[in-house]
Amino acid sequence: MAIASPMGVAGETVPQAAVRGPSWDGRFTVLILFLPPALLLFTLFVVLPIGEAAWYSGFNWNGFGRPTNWIGFDNYRFVLETRAFWLALRNNGLIIAVSLAVQLPLALTLALMLAERFRGAVALRMLFFMPYILAEIATGLIFSFVYDGDYGLVASIWRTFGAEAPHLLASTDTAMLAVLIVIVWKYFGFHMMLFIAALQSLDKSLIEAARIDGATRSQALRHVVIPLLYPTIRLSVFFAIVGSLQLFDLVMPLTRGGPADSSNTMVSFLYNNGISRMRVGYGSAIGVILFVICVTFAFTYKRWFMRDE
Amino acid sequence: MSSAEVTRAPFDPAVLFKTAFLAVVAIFVLVPLLATLLGGFKSLGELRVNPFGWPTHWEWQNYADILFSARYWQLLRNSLIISTLTVILTLITASMAAFTFAHVKFYGSSMLLSYLTLGLLFPAATAVLPLFIKVRDLGLLDTYFGVALPQVAFSLAMSVLLLRRFFRDIPHELLEAALVDGCSYIKFFRYVTLPLSRPILATVGTITFVNSWNAYLLPLVMLNTDALYPWPLGIMIYQGEYSSEWHLILAFITLTILPTIILFLLAQKHIVAGLTAGAVKG
Repeated sequence: MAIASPMGVAGETVPQAAVRGPSWDGRFTVLILFLPPALLLFTLFVVLPIGEAAWYSGFNWNGFGRPTNWIGFDNYRFVLETRAFWLALRNNGLIIAVSLAVQLPLALTLALMLAERFRGAVALRMLFFMPYILAEIATGLIFSFVYDGDYGLVASIWRTFGAEAPHLLASTDTAMLAVLIVIVWKYFGFHMMLFIAALQSLDKSLIEAARIDGATRSQALRHVVIPLLYPTIRLSVFFAIVGSLQLFDLVMPLTRGGPADSSNTMVSFLYNNGISRMRVGYGSAIGVILFVICVTFAFTYKRWFMRDE
Repeated sequence: MSSAEVTRAPFDPAVLFKTAFLAVVAIFVLVPLLATLLGGFKSLGELRVNPFGWPTHWEWQNYADILFSARYWQLLRNSLIISTLTVILTLITASMAAFTFAHVKFYGSSMLLSYLTLGLLFPAATAVLPLFIKVRDLGLLDTYFGVALPQVAFSLAMSVLLLRRFFRDIPHELLEAALVDGCSYIKFFRYVTLPLSRPILATVGTITFVNSWNAYLLPLVMLNTDALYPWPLGIMIYQGEYSSEWHLILAFITLTILPTIILFLLAQKHIVAGLTAGAVKG
């Protein structure tokens, strides 16, 4: 099943005997009792709101009364004309770039080191995974202390060198960079765990065979282990991209998307411009754009990179 | 690279590099956490001159004030209520649906399952405005259920997939035999499937709990009354009030992430398995 795929589950079959089943009555009762709760909740709170977002996005509406002021596609035009929207999109791109260029190699290197058994390996794995389970809000607050220009850790290091302490989160030049570092801090352990799980289920005999045939450790790594990890690497990339498109909680305590929108993500942009001001139509238009990006990405990625899984 | 060949030599540069690398990453992870914990024991003045080190004078009062405040316990209580509601409702609805998808053949089964997995494709945030209006129209705004029900709906897709995969491993012949002997599907589900599935129920329950416990956006949108706020909302307000009294804020952060860390240490197997579950092919 792995991820996100309506295509992945179709076509599987329940054993033939079930088709006949002992009695239709019995099956009917289960279907009537067991399916509706999940389907109803899902339809009501997940599927319908997406449809409604598409509908509301055609109105200029503050959420009170009924939507009446139909303005067609104007909300989409307004979104696309907002500079902050493109900044947010760029920031999501930056997050993905850092995930691929820094986080993924880091996670993979650590996984290769920690998949072996040695004293302390398990403890280190747990330590590196721990940031992932902390709430984003708590993580964001911890780092707004770390970056604080008066009391923070970074400021203190700066001062020991006699320099004026910078307010990293308050400058448009450094705010996004600061957020990116927190993202790596929080999520590399998750990706490392993905790789460790994959490494532990690898067929060891393939690596041994390569070694017996005279491959050095690094050759075996490059030509046997890494290729065997490709499915997991693709999955890790998928999670990194989906995670970037959802990122919100972490940004709020750090910068709220500021200063001057320089560290907004798509979702914090949606929050700041749609939700917090109850601009339902405009916010829904942002939501629909985000939805289209997510779905298009998920399907394309599945089709191009994950065909075999 | 000849050094790679000499793996167990006492002064192997590769081992040295590895140890140094792991140490650097461990420090990178640990320092912010330890500084937060210790910062809560300092006075504001000391924090300014000594943010890294051991407190010279331990200020237990920072922690004590929070622990003896009604506010802290109310935040935890609200979070606990919302998370528990979410976990219970998710486990009930998802396991019933997963059982049907795993063991009952009916027309449209795979289509309905695909429909449910659409939930994995996009974040809750995309439709949060219409969701807000729906919750308001249902009269659930500013209630625990107004947060819990949408959370259940969004956790269903992953939960059903994980549970169904596990349920399918329970031999279908067992179910057939039971049915022939006059057992009903529902009794089989209650007395065979569920007891056999404790590990996966624990895993799904733990991930759902952690996600709900940490959630910020949905409660932020759905709740207006301070008295109902879960801790992520409460701590943001606390930080707003005490803006630069970092010693108090750090103590508050420590006390709110402590439950998560304890849960993690107790249930790390389930948490790691559950959160990386997407990686294992099914």
